[in-house]
Amino acid sequence: MSDATLQRSGAAPTPRGFPLSAYLICAGGIIWREALRFVHQRERFVSALVRPLLWLFIFAAGFRQVLGVSIIAPYQTYILYEVYIAPGLVGMILLFNGMQSSLSMVYDRETGTMKTLLVSPLPRWFLLVSKLFAGVAVGVVQVYVFFAIAWFWEVQPEWLGYLYALPAIFLAGLMLGAMGMLLSSLVQQLENFAGVMNFVIFPMYFASAALYPLWRVQESSPLLYRICQFNPFTHAVELIRFALYQQFNVDAFLIVLGCTVLFLGGAIVAYDPARGLISRKRQ
Amino acid sequence: MQDGTLSHSEAPGLPALSVERVSHSYGQRKALDDVSFTVPQGSFTALLGPNGAGKSTLFSLVTRLFNVRHGAIHILGFDLNGEPGEALRRLGVVFQARTLDLDLSISQNLIYHAALHGLPASAARKRVGEILATSELRGRLKEKARNLSGGQLRSIEIVRAFMHRPRLILLDEPTVGLDIRSRAAILAEVRRLVKEEGVSVLWATHLIDEIDPGDRVVVLHQGTVRAEGPVPEVVAAERAKSIGDAFTRLTGLSARTEGLEEVRR
Repeated sequence: MSDATLQRSGAAPTPRGFPLSAYLICAGGIIWREALRFVHQRERFVSALVRPLLWLFIFAAGFRQVLGVSIIAPYQTYILYEVYIAPGLVGMILLFNGMQSSLSMVYDRETGTMKTLLVSPLPRWFLLVSKLFAGVAVGVVQVYVFFAIAWFWEVQPEWLGYLYALPAIFLAGLMLGAMGMLLSSLVQQLENFAGVMNFVIFPMYFASAALYPLWRVQESSPLLYRICQFNPFTHAVELIRFALYQQFNVDAFLIVLGCTVLFLGGAIVAYDPARGLISRKRQ
Repeated sequence: MQDGTLSHSEAPGLPALSVERVSHSYGQRKALDDVSFTVPQGSFTALLGPNGAGKSTLFSLVTRLFNVRHGAIHILGFDLNGEPGEALRRLGVVFQARTLDLDLSISQNLIYHAALHGLPASAARKRVGEILATSELRGRLKEKARNLSGGQLRSIEIVRAFMHRPRLILLDEPTVGLDIRSRAAILAEVRRLVKEEGVSVLWATHLIDEIDPGDRVVVLHQGTVRAEGPVPEVVAAERAKSIGDAFTRLTGLSARTEGLEEVRR
């Protein structure tokens, strides 16, 4: 194109580089879209809440008399079983939310909307991290709505505990979201995702400290106890449990942080056209 | 942002798109074999090839959905592997498959796209107003995308491709699945925008009647470039009567049309 054409069309030359504001606008746009999609899918919001609430109202009530919980950290006294499983149910919300986000990534890839994200000129790692944050933000909202309802069900940590728990919930959400993102890069078709749900969500949830203290698991099966200890979901739940009672579980924090970095790194590599798996698939 | 510095790449002499000795395989099957061509700045270049010629693979490489493993691609002088951000910000794309989020409104889709390019919502709205100044779609921006017809969805995708003021637009068979009138309208709309915005276009198609005598053409067949240049030159080089005839000579296939000429008349 000649200079004359440029002037006639009023086309300004494109400057080089991106200012910080461009990154913020991009991340804001991705979070905004995720929020819009969530608002439009009200049934998703309802089912995300109904699932843990059913566990709290029915399962926990039924097992209250069967599973006694002795005094274990971070609790200072004997607690109701409902109180014990509340952090596990928060983990459940985040786990399902992480899988839901990754499911929507597989769906986006199948419908083509993922392409619009991936052809953005901003770095791909930044796009994926923004997408991850967007999914986690939606999960955190669900968690606090759950807390509000559970408060009427005698799950009543101190008010400050809700504040302390926020970074723990966010980090746990990041880990589970990053895991889902990594899985989404490995799954080629939407139909295959049901298998992933069965082989990932249920084993992760049941083989963890979400429903029963690990010392009780150890009593019945040392092998299962080991599996629970290797399960990063156990540590995500414990991180939230301790934070909810204003305590910092260093071990759980380091494991959750390490797993987040590992899963996110894997997802970024998988979505990088230079190295990843996506470029080797026929889209 | 650096003070609007024009890079060497946007000097008028450099091509908008330069594909240099690019090959790509899916396992053992070679989809592109040593493909080279250029799209000069300000040109409307048709990438003509039958289904399966490798057009979509080429688009996936130019948009960096796939990595360029063999050869090189430059957009306005920026190496796609070396400076992907600079290359992609100068590129607008309309994919063959629909890529709008049907659950969002048209306006939300466009604002989302603008955000992915670092443009605030206010700038996006202003830009939409500019592009759709004379379009009936301007009054339907708040409607959900799923309420639009196929042709209207495609129009919005074209608007979206122009949102961030790219210098090169890629359109991968944008008229596939549309009726003849919608096809003619889309083609006319793109040609109008190209003229107004002064951008370069690579328009992939397998239909001869989407090509004008004033266009450039790249004939792609079985993953290789069979001819490249202004339409009259390609026709003359093949000693053909028309671009359709030249296409047949180059590929051994009959040229496809779908009645666009009748609508134009």
